[in-house]
Amino acid sequence: MDMKVAKKLGLKERYTLMTRDLAWDTTYQPMDKVFPQVTFEGIKIHDWDKWEDPFRLTMDAYWKYQAEKERKLYAILDAFNQNNGHLSVTDARYMNVLKLFLGSTPPLELMAARGFSMVGRQMVGAGPRVACQMQAVDEYRHFQTQIHSISNYNKFYNGMDEFAHQQSRMWYLSDGKSFFDDAITAGPFEFMVAIGFAFEYVLTNILFVPFISGAAYNGDMAAMTVGFSAQSDEARHMTLGLECIKFMLEQDPDNLPIVQRWIDKWTWRGTRKLASVGMMMDYMLPKRIMSFKEAWEIYFEQNGAALFTDLARYGITVPKCFSQTIEEKEHVTHQSWIGFYMKPDATPFHTWIPGKEELDWLSEKYPNTFDKYYRPVYEFLDQQEKTGNRFNNKTQPMNCQVCVSTIKFNEPGDPMSTCFRETRYKGEKFHFCSDHCKDIFEHEPEKYVQTYISSHQGLQGNCAPEGVDVNAPDFNPGDHIADYWKLDKRATGDFNGSEDQKNFAAWRDQATKN
Amino acid sequence: MAIKALADYDFPSSDALENYKGKQLLYINWERHRMFSRPFVLALTPDTPFSVIVDQYITNCYSYHPDFAHIDWTQVVWQNSDTVFHPDMTKSLQENGIGHKDLIRFTTPGLDGIAGTGY
Repeated sequence: MDMKVAKKLGLKERYTLMTRDLAWDTTYQPMDKVFPQVTFEGIKIHDWDKWEDPFRLTMDAYWKYQAEKERKLYAILDAFNQNNGHLSVTDARYMNVLKLFLGSTPPLELMAARGFSMVGRQMVGAGPRVACQMQAVDEYRHFQTQIHSISNYNKFYNGMDEFAHQQSRMWYLSDGKSFFDDAITAGPFEFMVAIGFAFEYVLTNILFVPFISGAAYNGDMAAMTVGFSAQSDEARHMTLGLECIKFMLEQDPDNLPIVQRWIDKWTWRGTRKLASVGMMMDYMLPKRIMSFKEAWEIYFEQNGAALFTDLARYGITVPKCFSQTIEEKEHVTHQSWIGFYMKPDATPFHTWIPGKEELDWLSEKYPNTFDKYYRPVYEFLDQQEKTGNRFNNKTQPMNCQVCVSTIKFNEPGDPMSTCFRETRYKGEKFHFCSDHCKDIFEHEPEKYVQTYISSHQGLQGNCAPEGVDVNAPDFNPGDHIADYWKLDKRATGDFNGSEDQKNFAAWRDQATKN
Repeated sequence: MAIKALADYDFPSSDALENYKGKQLLYINWERHRMFSRPFVLALTPDTPFSVIVDQYITNCYSYHPDFAHIDWTQVVWQNSDTVFHPDMTKSLQENGIGHKDLIRFTTPGLDGIAGTGY
């Protein structure tokens, strides 16, 4: 008897069998009852089959690639850790980049995983569903590998162990948390614009420069390898976000104004979120790669503008905030570092005044603004620290109702004045850092009245550890908030004189001398 | 614009006045002294005298700045958000027309921060 050998499937057939052919239309219930989320935002889709799958990857191939990357990543992490790699970084100040990153980024990767899992369930077409499923797994992997790479540092340096507890409680983490809470509580299409497009496509390079290239420049092979391991995923994520934008715009002309408003909103929200990332580049990396201003020019002004030129054929225009971000690129990182420096008791990482050569570098990189507005105050604060009078602003902050940044950015055109905007809704006053955040609020006030503002919660008595009487007449929320945050006192304060600084010096001495 | 949602969408404001048990929020900012980065927030009863704001809270926070000792308090310009007003130091917040979540800004003419930078 002759054997019947089945013909090996071609790539295209395999892909179709493993993705689109796995989907079906429901029969017991109408499709719109099973997938109600795809219509309520107002986006009109006429033909889901028009979705072009940007990367033709099947699940089995995906597992294979990811497993291979994982093996390489963990081999390098193990070698780095076993060789006391943490002592080969440029300077113990570098650990503070990791601390800020750990609190702000892996928890957001987890939120992205949750978001893409939800959107994968909510979308009708099999193409986007499969892509969202893979991206959800990617994001979960990034969340884990980032934590793993930093966990070794946690054995030696202070302030890393309570990042998960602090993420939803601490003032300086509220902006990132709010960014993802806003996205994940929107509909599936807005989520795709927020995370898939604005964050992954337009702004992600700015995040990778300080963290991944910064790690490479400063001798942190662990974090650098995590970044490289994530890079091929990021390329896929960018493609998915862009494909989703094009799909919506091609499906119906009524989608254009909705998509444009989301692009305006999320480019601005992303820009605000990146102020502290820029601060890592300009102030926190002992060995700097480029200034935030230079990164903004390359990745946003040039690359971003090229992207929006490409989308112009669909009627998309550059985000409304574009020109304001160009003005602000000269200011935001300096304003952010002052904001952290003046609050030494309220972060699980250290701050410091840049050394003279570092101030010179900032003067050179920011010729229009640094000497005129920022250098004198840093020199003043440096003198104060040296006479034992280190700046410590013990008050609680005022925050923007939308982006939840502290209200610290300047009035456009006037770097000497703080920008304030406000509106009233149902008789209550709400404050914003900018026109763009005010616009976002006014479009959906019902959503943003719920914003969690850490200082307000403290004043309501919601941020005290158990056993503290918040109704006592002498109750002062500031007395308890550090305990509520589980803030390790050794991790707070100026870098100069910190335990991290002393330990690193002693251990490096041991490694290099008899 | 009203929010688009799949179901009824009606949630209370996180910072409604009733959440502060008889107190109200007040924000304070010293203009052109951005070394303090951002305004600070207080929760006070509406009968708190305005003088307490100056003598206690403003002094505690801002006296670190070398300009503070040079303030001529008779020349200070007070604003409630963008509106100039003339607070009566002996009267309460309420009597001075200050409500929940108002932003008090004060400008000290001639004092523009460290080396005139606004910081």
